[in-house]
Amino acid sequence: MALDNGIYIPHLCGLRESERPAASCRLCFVEVEGLPNPVTACTLPVSEGMIVHTRTPRVDRLVRTGFELLLSNHRLRCGKCEKNENCELQKIARERGLKLRLSRLRPLTTEVPVDESPKTFKYDPGRCVLCGMCVWVCHHQTKVGAIGFIRRGISRKVAAFGDVPLGESRCTECGECVRVCPVGALTFKEKFWGV
Amino acid sequence: MELQGGEAEMIYAEVEGVLQRHGLEREKLIPILQDVQSKLGYLPKEAMQQISEALRIPEVDVYSVGTFYNQFRLNPPGKHQIKVCMGTACHMMGGHIILESFERRLGIKEGETTPDREFSLERVACVGCCALAPVVVVDEKVEAKVSPIRVDGILLAFEIESKKSGEIEKLVEEEGRTQ
Repeated sequence: MALDNGIYIPHLCGLRESERPAASCRLCFVEVEGLPNPVTACTLPVSEGMIVHTRTPRVDRLVRTGFELLLSNHRLRCGKCEKNENCELQKIARERGLKLRLSRLRPLTTEVPVDESPKTFKYDPGRCVLCGMCVWVCHHQTKVGAIGFIRRGISRKVAAFGDVPLGESRCTECGECVRVCPVGALTFKEKFWGV
Repeated sequence: MELQGGEAEMIYAEVEGVLQRHGLEREKLIPILQDVQSKLGYLPKEAMQQISEALRIPEVDVYSVGTFYNQFRLNPPGKHQIKVCMGTACHMMGGHIILESFERRLGIKEGETTPDREFSLERVACVGCCALAPVVVVDEKVEAKVSPIRVDGILLAFEIESKKSGEIEKLVEEEGRTQ
């Protein structure tokens, strides 16, 4: 990614350590001269003499729609969110001049309960953007493999085997997934801040 | 879903057989799950755990695949299978109301099975007789223009039937005793 050279491209799902990008957030679109359509920057390796445009009307449109789709099932109560001011969604909105509210889409948020069962952190599926970074670190970095994606489509979510609360699963509460979460879906409980 | 007596052993043996036939590569996961389901009728949790151990992949990955594909079911089929049509015509005629009535009456959600394994509830996409909407298929029988009252009727019929067969059994037993 071109992030090293001080050029920001919105992204949620990219992890440097992962060799194969998940390409699930659909926010890092760029246009490359010579390619007919915008491509996701995370899946395109840099090559010699490549000319990349990070802001074109087509790119902006794709990112705007992708961003609004993500917001449409995101519980938008930033004032009450632990990640307020430290949230990737807010950062992208600021950078691209996007609003943190829906203009064209209907909200799809359902009141899902917050999983408070782990001792050190809590999991709010209503704020999850399904970027998959927590799943990746759980499987490849910590080698615990407690969480994964279950079901599909609108009911897709991150959960443990049998969709049991995380506190009853194989989760070791190492907290790596919480550290990597770009939004407020996985947050440490207050007294464990900074542990 | 609680397992009944002897079921755990049966599941273990069947899964063991399927695993031996396919080998233990993770690429075989979907064929293994398909075979286990065709043997057992569904994918019990215990079977998924056994498969994950054998293939050396996290159990949540097996669960992930099992919940992703519509062909896999995680609950045993009931003695009576109720399929509520959610095709376009049935949806317009209130198919979801019928599904909800069944959910309320049976105390289960769509895709689940009652604890006594009498009924399982599913949604299907168009049975092919849209003029009769909303349609419910109970076992093999098509119920036409179903209303919430008819839902009660369908379930009542099964209740009476099971009571009757229970009485007949009792009579046969008594007859056997008098002879």
